[in-house]
Amino acid sequence: MTSSVSPLSTDLAARKLPDSLGRFGAYGGRYVPEILVEPLDRLEAFYREAKDDPDFQAEMRELLRQFAGRATPLYHAKRLSEHLGGAAIYLKREDLLHTGAHKINNCLGQAILARRMGKSRIIAETGAGQHGVAAATVCALFGFPCTVYMGLEDMRRQALNVFRMRLLGAEVAGVDTGSRTLKDAISEAMRDWAANFETTHYLLGSALGPHPYPLMVRDFQSVIGVEARAQYLAISNGKPPDLLIACVGGGSNAIGLFHPFLGDESVRMVGVEAGGRGAGLGDHAARFTGGLPGVLQGTRSYVLQDDDGQIAPTHSVSAGLDYASVGPEHAWLRDRGRVAYTSCSDGDAIAAARMLSRLEGIIPALESAHAVAEAVKRAPGAQGQTFIVNLSGRGDKDIGIFRENMPELDA
Amino acid sequence: MSAAASIEPAAANLGATRIERAFARLQAERRRGLIAYITAGDPSPARTVELILGLERGGADIIELGVPFSDPIADGPVIQRASDRALKAGTTVKTVLRSIRDLRRRSAMPLLVFSYLNPILRYGFERFAEDAAAAGADGALLTDLNIEEAEPYVAAMRKRNLDCVFLASQTTGDKRLAEIASLSSGFVYLVSTAGVTGARETLSSSALPLIQRARRQTNLPLAIGFGLSKREHMQAVAPYADAAVVGSAFMRVVERHGEDAGLGERLASLARDLKQGLAAVSRK
Ligand SMILES: Cc1ncc(COP(=O)(O)O)c(C=O)c1O
Repeated sequence: MTSSVSPLSTDLAARKLPDSLGRFGAYGGRYVPEILVEPLDRLEAFYREAKDDPDFQAEMRELLRQFAGRATPLYHAKRLSEHLGGAAIYLKREDLLHTGAHKINNCLGQAILARRMGKSRIIAETGAGQHGVAAATVCALFGFPCTVYMGLEDMRRQALNVFRMRLLGAEVAGVDTGSRTLKDAISEAMRDWAANFETTHYLLGSALGPHPYPLMVRDFQSVIGVEARAQYLAISNGKPPDLLIACVGGGSNAIGLFHPFLGDESVRMVGVEAGGRGAGLGDHAARFTGGLPGVLQGTRSYVLQDDDGQIAPTHSVSAGLDYASVGPEHAWLRDRGRVAYTSCSDGDAIAAARMLSRLEGIIPALESAHAVAEAVKRAPGAQGQTFIVNLSGRGDKDIGIFRENMPELDA
Repeated sequence: MSAAASIEPAAANLGATRIERAFARLQAERRRGLIAYITAGDPSPARTVELILGLERGGADIIELGVPFSDPIADGPVIQRASDRALKAGTTVKTVLRSIRDLRRRSAMPLLVFSYLNPILRYGFERFAEDAAAAGADGALLTDLNIEEAEPYVAAMRKRNLDCVFLASQTTGDKRLAEIASLSSGFVYLVSTAGVTGARETLSSSALPLIQRARRQTNLPLAIGFGLSKREHMQAVAPYADAAVVGSAFMRVVERHGEDAGLGERLASLARDLKQGLAAVSRK
């Protein structure tokens, strides 16, 4: 989206996907109640048209700059790097964006699209509340009435974000079914959309769900990787970074960083899932270690499930990573071996957040702290290498959880 | 019903499923069918057969037996709660097939398994088709399996002569309607309204135009469902559709009277009431 970007080298297979049915290899596609097929077709048609329309691109660029605060810095975390004694760690500072996370990139794109489609109302789901806040924010900006579905458990964990959404004029609809987390909020948003698709746009917040969402959300988030790539190449005399690290909830911040680098064969990438409190089903959200291919909420991907195909409960200290499935493009990248996926425990994420706070003066979101923790693990011994860590969000929303976990600071 | 047996040539074909024979009979007798949905395993797997037999006594023509799922995106609150109760009671694809096997010792009621995709995917399409046929099921409908992704499933089902029913809705264009019908057998399920399952006060204005549109695209029998719960709804659709599907209204009874030994009889009496709404209406 910035004009200064050098042309991407292309991994043709990667850049052509998804196919016309929204598939990334065996993953993705569309698995929805029949009533939603036509609204999804329409959304796809409008998206494809808008994407190539210079007016759309110009408006998007302008809002990203003037409203969201792009470009975000690619910041060399020198004290953290020195402390770890190995790789040079750079942080892509999505935490500095308006509303505090990368979610706004996608929300702005979809809001312009909703207006082009003539919709008069927006619905969204949220886990951590960051996407809900970003959705509520763009709805205020565009004058859309907005309903955000949120599991009651997440409302409890992220009470401050609930209030922020209301302050922005959105209605927060508590979801009292299932595990009362992100997955249940998505189900409820889909039910609303199935009833109200004529007037309503469903602003899905991650690279998940039925086609065209994984494609569209990836494209809107790719500004992260496009910028980071240009920024890094400008200071490295054209040498690409060695490793990209991002946390993976639904997978939008990760695919946004990774996708523009897919053609750079030497660049390794690692996605970090929520390892939670243990390896048992129900104690984590590590879909690639504990899950199997399946279908949840409109897409085929790795899914945490029991032997009977029922969706398993998940746990993470970080609400934004606490989801039983993962964006389908990640499933494809993993099977192909292009991206490695690992997980990080609740405790390691909290420790990494504390380290970054003290060494760099940056309090990360708990989600992003999972990516930081992976850098902490890998940096020692990686002399001469460069890591880019996607700092997808800031930790303001998580202060309450940090407090619960650091009682000694409250003494 | 037996009187009709001699005047239903289609049903005499070797290989017609119980569902196809049921529609042939309905057509021959100029009647409209009642398709009764219940969630298997609510209030408990042990009672599912008894509830189906109650529905049969009440005059239901076909049973849709729902496999409960943890994340039923196409269902309203009544069936969501039924699924929760059934899962807590230990219901799985296996227990559902066991209920069907038990039912077959006592009844030849046409029966369609209704499920979200993931439990069937996990069970395996081939194994599901094989076990469903062996248990005595007549077909299946997978709510979140769209036709683009349906081929391996349809192939596995057809091999065992099981019907595959697909859904069409008001947003489905004519060309797609024809494609859906061509992949379907037994009947096509038309979704009467926007939104999810659950009783509505009035019949959606989109219901009848959809039936009329579907008629032009297929000769298969047409069933209409979602939101239908009352005798008046039955009266309204009877001139147009071959059958009406009622689910949430039955599951509300199960929810309220789950502990009641007379639950089967309560379902029978609701079925009777709905059947009266479907009776004695000339076809348009
Ligand atoms: C700061 C932050 N990072 C990451 C995520 C995870 O989402 P995704 O994997 O789509 O980037 C969230 C989700 O709420 C978030 O708020």
